[in-house]
Amino acid sequence: MTTRLFGEPVQRREDPRLITGRGRYLDDLGAGALAAAFVRSPHAHARILDVDVSDALDVDGLVAIYTWEDLPGALAEPLPLLIPHPALTHGRTAYPLAREIVRHVGEPVVMVVARDRYLAEDACALIRVGYEVLKPVVGLEEAAGGAHLVHDDVPGNIGAHLVQEVPGPGGETAREAVDAAPHRLEFRLDVERSACTPLEGKGVYARWDADDASLRVYSSTQTSTSVRMAIAAKLGLPLPKVEVVAPDVGGGFGVKIVHPWPEEILVPWAARLLNRELKWTEDRREHFVSSSHERGQVQHVRVGFDDDGRLLGLEVEILHDHGAYTPYGIIVPIITSTQLLGPYKVGAYRVEFSSVYTNTVQVTPYRGAGRPQGVFCMERTMDKIAAYLGRDRTEVRAANFVQPDEFPYDQGLTFQDGRPLIYDSGDYPEALRMLKELIGWDSFPEEKARAAAEGRRIGIGVGCYVEGTGVGPYEGGHVQITSDGRVHVSTGLTSQGQGHETVFAQIAATELGVPIERVSVVTGDTRRFGYAVGTFASRAAVMSGNAIALACRKVREKALRIAAEALEADPRDLEITDGMVHVAGAPSASIPLATVAVLSNPLRYAFDEEAKRATQFAGPASDDRPPVAEGEEPGLEGRDYYSPVRSTFAAGMHAAIVETDPDTAEIRILRYAVVHDCGRLINPMIVEGQIHGGVAQGVGGALYEKMVYDEHGQLLNASFMDFLMPYATEIPRIETAHLETPSPLNPLGIKGAGEAGVIPVSAVLAAAIEDAEGIPIDRMPISPSDLHTLRRSR
Amino acid sequence: MRVNLTVNGRATAADDVWEGESLLYVLRERLGLPGAKNACEQGECGSCTVYLDGTPVCACLVAAGQAEGREVVTVEGLSRGDAPLPGAGPAHGDVSGEGLHEVQRAFLDAGAVQCGFCTPGLVVQAHALLAEADGVPSDADIREALAGNLCRCTGYEKILDAVRLAATRLGPPP
Repeated sequence: MTTRLFGEPVQRREDPRLITGRGRYLDDLGAGALAAAFVRSPHAHARILDVDVSDALDVDGLVAIYTWEDLPGALAEPLPLLIPHPALTHGRTAYPLAREIVRHVGEPVVMVVARDRYLAEDACALIRVGYEVLKPVVGLEEAAGGAHLVHDDVPGNIGAHLVQEVPGPGGETAREAVDAAPHRLEFRLDVERSACTPLEGKGVYARWDADDASLRVYSSTQTSTSVRMAIAAKLGLPLPKVEVVAPDVGGGFGVKIVHPWPEEILVPWAARLLNRELKWTEDRREHFVSSSHERGQVQHVRVGFDDDGRLLGLEVEILHDHGAYTPYGIIVPIITSTQLLGPYKVGAYRVEFSSVYTNTVQVTPYRGAGRPQGVFCMERTMDKIAAYLGRDRTEVRAANFVQPDEFPYDQGLTFQDGRPLIYDSGDYPEALRMLKELIGWDSFPEEKARAAAEGRRIGIGVGCYVEGTGVGPYEGGHVQITSDGRVHVSTGLTSQGQGHETVFAQIAATELGVPIERVSVVTGDTRRFGYAVGTFASRAAVMSGNAIALACRKVREKALRIAAEALEADPRDLEITDGMVHVAGAPSASIPLATVAVLSNPLRYAFDEEAKRATQFAGPASDDRPPVAEGEEPGLEGRDYYSPVRSTFAAGMHAAIVETDPDTAEIRILRYAVVHDCGRLINPMIVEGQIHGGVAQGVGGALYEKMVYDEHGQLLNASFMDFLMPYATEIPRIETAHLETPSPLNPLGIKGAGEAGVIPVSAVLAAAIEDAEGIPIDRMPISPSDLHTLRRSR
Repeated sequence: MRVNLTVNGRATAADDVWEGESLLYVLRERLGLPGAKNACEQGECGSCTVYLDGTPVCACLVAAGQAEGREVVTVEGLSRGDAPLPGAGPAHGDVSGEGLHEVQRAFLDAGAVQCGFCTPGLVVQAHALLAEADGVPSDADIREALAGNLCRCTGYEKILDAVRLAATRLGPPP
């Protein structure tokens, strides 16, 4: 059957426009619109004394200058705290433009509107802001010391404090379990900051239609529906008068799920006020200093285990760097705390985190969203246990795995969606077996010995993770078959490069039995679909994929009902193939879906030949029932939603072989292997691409990327010249194998895949470097100079 | 000032250009060619790569005035049959069915695109590599040739696949 496309490596339908320069990203829109630029704080912590704009007023082409004092109503209030949590006792968010105090370098203070961006920036340069510099709070432990405060009313700089505890099988606490265990280890781990750093920064373009009193906003966002609601609320506009469209988006990785960004409400506000089209495109330095970072944590671990390396108790204390504000709540440390458990049964568990304010860029989810830190913690723990007991590292892991017959497996914690952390399915022993075979784990000791004989240092490492994907609350899908036989699919969540137009078309084509060429997909456009949550947490395929499948099934059922009447057949005997509804086994008794679509919509007026067939005098009709039967709707379309009872848990295991240079301490990845289980694959080519990209970001985080703040809170490496993202020269070939354990939770049996690749990479590379060098690696990232320092201090 | 240049085979002029303006700004804002992307404005990411007299350059680092009287080819120009490609042999100027150049077709076939923001620059850079290459370049040569182009989505592997695929299909230059 030609329409069976689910599971096939179908070419991406968005690519023809993207490879020819015809994609339309935010900054490609709005030719001729006015441009906004921002004066941002040069200080990490300061009081604003005055703003002198007099020199800027002479700039030719200047249109407007705004400070906080100019903002009306709700716009003058702090930005929303998007995800409140009872433990977030001191949540704080910024004002769209700073009010009195700035709390990190890059915080917006003044907004300038001019004829073009060059002129707007010229005007910015002429605006003088007077500051009284306050003591900056930089560094996680310094901040937790509480000697100086980021927010005057947040004692000790502690925004949130949360403890989660699961007793052991005998009811013992983690402390008791660790104390009573035959073996104990205690250690500290450090993970540095990194950032999403999509190639396209943020951007907003707004058009106010004064005649219609309506607003259309384009934003490079991961959630257009929620941006829309935020704009309507902040600007006091009726929701139906606001449209938000996410055009082609040049990567997100989490930073664009935060909303509304100050610019996302300021630009529409000014566009309306000025009655002019207005656009702001973030530049690279702005993205570094005024969007979001992630990852920074210090972890203190106590673990107790038996002679086989089986965990009996685990206690983890986490200091989590939250930067200056907490707009996204405490999702990141909650995920670290819960997903730290990975594929293991840990006995008694206690995790405690403190979310700490610093005078640095705010922290919100970056691909992996707290999991890389949690997996670093757990996998370093496994390696330390193996080293302590002198056992193979994979053996210790296997001894702790949740077994295939133990699903659903309840870890006893509350996950990031507020629901129980219950793993739905998986096969961890099989994944490990596949990985060991793929990388050649068992024969590596000989390889290592051969290398050593040549004076080379090589090492191998392994890391496992479980990832809760497809978090709720819901997504929806709308499917319409029009009288030309085309299938129009829409869903509210957005796309940032994941190939949604392709995978959703594959699902629709498969469900409906139509050629994929007839299917078009629109995402992230509130004109097409108004109810949605957004694209994050590896949820798009699970959530919208299932919603679209369910919507297709409604449409299919209706199509079969109408076709059955036309063909005088039983709907149960009908199939759809290549867009034709036909009696199973009798292809001649058939009717095109296009015709079914015509018949589904009783017409008074004909506008083409096809439409004539549905007009009132076209054919025999039953006189005793209305043209649209009770309970029916005109048209061949359907809308449905998917709302899961809880997340579905994907998993994977990575292994790497690295070589370290005995002289220069250069670290080179010789091989990188991935076994990945995201349930049923919709498009293996796209899933592979997601894994490769995730691993590359993981390699960046493990070996190259960190945010270097000085003691004044200045970010010293806020450019692509100084923040070292990997190029093609740094990323090895990635060997992948797929394992498919379908999720029992959703109709398509799928699990999320977007974030997976990045999650265990730091843990895996730390393990491999440790194996090569024989030096404990407890801190990431690790550069050649870090390794050199470690060697000297040994 | 007025800047006269040839873009994608067509003689054109941009008016009211400020001396400090970049070629990238002229292409995107004045000539309506947004294919080349602005991602760092300091020549580190390669998203704005275009041909200038047959040599791939970062358009963000070229002052508008430097383009006076010169020939520019952007990603938009690679997929049109009427765009002569400086520095490329006839085989490399060929556009296969549906108007795509072999390099673009290979990006499509190999799944080398995700968000697509870096793609125009990588397509031009890969095109330049293959215009010079004798057969399928080595892995090291491909990586080196693309070492000025950042991609945050793909991990590069499928881009390397695309370059090899295009090289195989194009064969050695005549």
